[in-house]
Amino acid sequence: MVELLENISDEKLKEELLKISDPEIPVLSVFDLGVIRKIDVIDKDVNIELTPTYSGCPAMDTISMDLKIAIESLGYKANINLVLSPAWSTDWISEEGRQKLEAYGIAPPLEESLDAKALIEGERIVKCTNCQSTNTIMVSQFGSTACKALFKCEDCLEPFDYFKCLK
Amino acid sequence: MNDNLYRYLLILGDNSMILGQRLSELCGHGPNLETDIALTNISLDLFGQVRSYMQYAAKIKGGETTEDSVAYLRSERDYYNTILVEQENTDFAYVIARQFFFDAFHKPLLEQLMNSKDETISAIAAKSIKESKYHLRFSSEWMRRLGDGTEESHSRLQNAVNDLYAYCMEFFQETEVEKNMKENGIGADLELVKVSFLKTINEVLPQAGIEYKDIKFRYANGKQGMHSEKLGYILSDFQYIQRAYPNMTW
Ligand SMILES: [Zn+2]
Repeated sequence: MVELLENISDEKLKEELLKISDPEIPVLSVFDLGVIRKIDVIDKDVNIELTPTYSGCPAMDTISMDLKIAIESLGYKANINLVLSPAWSTDWISEEGRQKLEAYGIAPPLEESLDAKALIEGERIVKCTNCQSTNTIMVSQFGSTACKALFKCEDCLEPFDYFKCLK
Repeated sequence: MNDNLYRYLLILGDNSMILGQRLSELCGHGPNLETDIALTNISLDLFGQVRSYMQYAAKIKGGETTEDSVAYLRSERDYYNTILVEQENTDFAYVIARQFFFDAFHKPLLEQLMNSKDETISAIAAKSIKESKYHLRFSSEWMRRLGDGTEESHSRLQNAVNDLYAYCMEFFQETEVEKNMKENGIGADLELVKVSFLKTINEVLPQAGIEYKDIKFRYANGKQGMHSEKLGYILSDFQYIQRAYPNMTW
């Protein structure tokens, strides 16, 4: 997703944009998360298309505000457009983002059919972020935020979040 | 301004908004931590959808209208949600049954709206359907669990269904506005939504061991602004800040 930044010549601006992260999962930059669809810099205007993850996700307002502050602190004008279609999907999380999630203690989303097996049929396939065991069970379909489910590892007994597949 | 489209957005948005408000009343009061979090997450999803509908409605209306003024500053008769969603959080069985009936209606409704000729509506629906699937999964599981649980949970769920199922046919009573929107390729065909709704009901309620075939439908006309007294109480909470401190923002 960082290819989006390739056409920007102002290195300082790039640097600032890369610092913007999801306030609820601070290890993920907005580029890892895949919520930025387009960036155009025309003179002093920075036009950004932003796609929400979940419609009610309170992080979206914060992200939008953080982008605006970062951009305007460098003397640009920020025009941030919320774009709903096509809708965001967990496939848009970058490979690097998935690795960061796991290191942070959130199991990254499984592919759709496996996700359903884990969440509906209770199959033990989600990998514990603490000990890597797949001997894990779902405790709650909704976790600390709408995008996550709460799991527990039956081997090391640690609870952990699982980022649900959204397609 | 396209009056029918504006009104149609309110019919769609108000259902999610009033149900979202009801669920938010449970924040910190759920029967356990997991369900408390689940119900408030569902509320948050619904409010997210509501914002999209209300932003669009405000754009259509134009002038000084904002998403907040559309959401908060109408009087009771100008809200067009169905009667089901304003029903109280009597007990956990009521909360689950109300959610289940709404989700069973909402998911096929969104499926149809994804094909709307109106690009904004189809985008909102494409976004919302993903969330709606999770909601239906959650509420269906709890229907089975309560219905097939203890004698107490079963009888409470049966009571809730007896009361709430009676309101469900209002979803499918087509108003003039909905008819117009359907004919223009913008709105859903409620007859088709009903087929899908009944399929879900006929699958889940027997699994939960709940009787429902003899329940008589009640007349309800929320989509025309005729509400039960319960809506007034909801609105007095919901509108309080905007009424007490006009134009206040976070
Ligand atoms: Zn473990």
